[in-house]
Amino acid sequence: MDGLLASTLVFGLVSAATLLLTALGFSLTFGLSGVANFAHGGLYLLSGFTAWMLMKLGLPFLAAAALTVALVGALGALLYRVVIMPVRGIVLAEVISTFAVGVAIIEFFRWKGFTTYDYALPELVEGSVELLGVSVDWQRLLIVAIALALTLGLWAFTHWTKIGLALRGMSQDEYTALSVGIESDWAAMLSLALGSALAAVAAVVLLPLGIISINSGYDALLVALAVTVLGGLESTAGMIIGSLVLGFAVTATGNYIGPRWGEVVYLGAIVLVLAFRPSGLLGASKELEERV
Amino acid sequence: MSAEPILRAEGLTKAFGKMLAVCDVSLELRPGQALGIIGPNGSGKSTLINLITGFVRPTSGRVFFKGEDVTRVPPHRRVDLGMARSFQMARPFYGLPVFKNVVVPLTSRRARRHLGQEFGDRDEAAVHLLEDVGFERDSAIPTKRAGELPHGYLKRLELARVLALDPDLVILDELFSGMSMSEIAGILPLLERIKAAGKTLVMVEHRLRELFRVVDSVVMLQFGEKIAEGTPEQVMARPDVIEAYLGAEVK
Amino acid sequence: MSKVPHGFRRERVDRGVAVRTRDVFALASGRDLAWLLLPRVLPLAALLAFPLLGSRVSGYGQTVVLNTLVVALLALSWDLLASAGLVSLGQAFFFGLGGYVAGYLNARLGLPPAVTIPVATVAGAAVATVVLFPLLRLRGIYFGMITFALPLLLMRVVESTGLLGGTEGLSGLTPLPSRTVELYLVLAAALVTLVAFRRLGTSDYGLLFQAIRDNDRAVIASGFDLQRRKAQVVFLAALPAAFAGAFVTHRYQFVGMPAFALDYSTLPLTSAVIGGPGSFFGPVVGSFILVPLSELLREFGSLRVVVYSAMLLAFTIGLPEGLFRFAARKWSQLERLVPIEETTRER
Repeated sequence: MDGLLASTLVFGLVSAATLLLTALGFSLTFGLSGVANFAHGGLYLLSGFTAWMLMKLGLPFLAAAALTVALVGALGALLYRVVIMPVRGIVLAEVISTFAVGVAIIEFFRWKGFTTYDYALPELVEGSVELLGVSVDWQRLLIVAIALALTLGLWAFTHWTKIGLALRGMSQDEYTALSVGIESDWAAMLSLALGSALAAVAAVVLLPLGIISINSGYDALLVALAVTVLGGLESTAGMIIGSLVLGFAVTATGNYIGPRWGEVVYLGAIVLVLAFRPSGLLGASKELEERV
Repeated sequence: MSAEPILRAEGLTKAFGKMLAVCDVSLELRPGQALGIIGPNGSGKSTLINLITGFVRPTSGRVFFKGEDVTRVPPHRRVDLGMARSFQMARPFYGLPVFKNVVVPLTSRRARRHLGQEFGDRDEAAVHLLEDVGFERDSAIPTKRAGELPHGYLKRLELARVLALDPDLVILDELFSGMSMSEIAGILPLLERIKAAGKTLVMVEHRLRELFRVVDSVVMLQFGEKIAEGTPEQVMARPDVIEAYLGAEVK
Repeated sequence: MSKVPHGFRRERVDRGVAVRTRDVFALASGRDLAWLLLPRVLPLAALLAFPLLGSRVSGYGQTVVLNTLVVALLALSWDLLASAGLVSLGQAFFFGLGGYVAGYLNARLGLPPAVTIPVATVAGAAVATVVLFPLLRLRGIYFGMITFALPLLLMRVVESTGLLGGTEGLSGLTPLPSRTVELYLVLAAALVTLVAFRRLGTSDYGLLFQAIRDNDRAVIASGFDLQRRKAQVVFLAALPAAFAGAFVTHRYQFVGMPAFALDYSTLPLTSAVIGGPGSFFGPVVGSFILVPLSELLREFGSLRVVVYSAMLLAFTIGLPEGLFRFAARKWSQLERLVPIEETTRER
């Protein structure tokens, strides 16, 4: 196989998995509770630094990562109780308040000087392996595996478990769900907790590939927005397809045209989708349809 | 009465996913006719209205208005052609004063063309329209925020919004629901006047007794299909209609 | 509440005015007139006189006022969008477009600011409207998501491709003639925008924008092309923001990636929320609080961003009506003591 093609295939897949993992929490929260959590990027960055600090305290990486996921998940629930619940239902206020929290977290770390090369997380598995004649490190393959496992796991969770079904019911018809005993605030809080925990998972798996840079917080939010806009805001399948399209397109552009054009793909993809399918590739049509 | 129908729907079908909300429904309305659409909850009445007014695109089928194929015409253009509707869930422009709710449609192209000469001031025209639908004369209600109105008023405000467009075809989606008997009694003469003015009327209703005082023909839907059509007496005499719709009540 | 001294009672200051507004206004007392006019005329007079102070104000003071007015323009733009239910998280998008159009026209075609600024104002707004147009079919938070993403993505594209000067930007642009011209130009723009947007809000045409926010479906059912009307809001709102971008480009004689920076999105957003959305005065008041405050905090680096994020959060949750409406309400509720007349006291 042509080396460039092989590399495009392998790294395209890795890149798609990275995007998927980054966007998963944002998409899940929105799908289940309708809250667009603009603090997603802030929580992602916070998770990176939390794991780093826990390791400084002497915890082994896996324990630190697990604790981080739990802590940030709890923080997500708190975020709902303190910040979102008072303004629930006012879209403008929901967007603005979560956005403010996200920016505050990110800029707090910048102010505190978390900007040097010391801040990095270790890779879970070291070394690399040959795949289609391309050398890939295990960590990147791990990303693919985790992204896949999480996506399947979440699908199973929302379709087969009692809690998952309750959450989905909530997202589809709040009043009916209320009448069968599902409490809206409880469900939304859980969805925020889950989404935040997923942001933390993404952080502890993805950040070891490089250093923890402050701007990766904004980048994570940007990626989450790009993927969900591309795939369709309320569709899990759309999000997977959005990640694949973006991942392969960025990698292919980088490989064949030149690395600096990879960035153009994000913008191009968003502008194209906007122009031809504003509700996303698989988006449930959010146009003005009044249902029966 | 002219022979040319004002509204003709041909084989209208709408599928939401696998569910057929409306299945192969055809209708024909002559100018001045008043049609009632009845059927149990979820029988596709509102979807049918949405298909006729263009708020939902049909999966198949066509809509003709005044002889013109409007199937692909967007809803706001259909308003311009003379088709106006109310919504089942009457939601006003919450933040605006009540009379400004009526000024909004009065600034539309159609209203400016049709009523522009008649009234000098749009605010004044709006207040007149509100009185027509039964808002008390000289009360402070028209200057209140629309979000503060009680439900019965919202329904009438919705009607005023429709009438402000001076439509030839008036489509009312469950106007009576949530209204008190006295409120309905207050509205009936207005509906008579609309008919007398030569306008065509389509009403989706659950309140059959009141509906039959207004309409001269009825279409019955069930599971998205048209199962009966005729004068109110004809339709209500059919055993399958009684079974499907009124079974419990008749027993 | 302090105790009322013996022989006095409280009376609302606006009592005389409230009684007379339906009557002949000329009967108002000097005190009533002052109560009415002071909060309106004083700030305006102060602003108009400020540039005349010239060298008596430090250059730094003038810079702060300039920055404030630029943010006020962006915040006014934000408020018009919000009045139609469109929540922008990326005012930098409009700002940057205006800035780059002006910079490009000046650097590559050599056009003077007198041409580039008006052209960039209109062209920047037009480009923004065209890009966002398809999005306007959708409801909800798409607008916020896309406006947040676009400027940041544009910044990265400029950085990685080197287009439009890349990381270097376009520099050596024509400056504006003098500081006084700069001050009056941006002041005039802010006042024109404020007055125009306020008048828009009371016109039947502007009424529709609020109607869109309240119930878009009923707007369509009233015979309006929703997408086109929303596009008109976006264009009108983009005008002052694109102007601000073009103005700042010539003021710094430079345009580059910072024109799309997050600051130009968060500062106007925070100003509008602090001052209170929905009145157009609010966002201006908000910018006159936020920008000087942010200057005071300059030495704390990005802590100031944390501070205004906190303010953004606090006002969104705690005082959604904003400071302007709050203050205006308190002002109208001011009370004064009046002596109780003999007859009343004897009873």
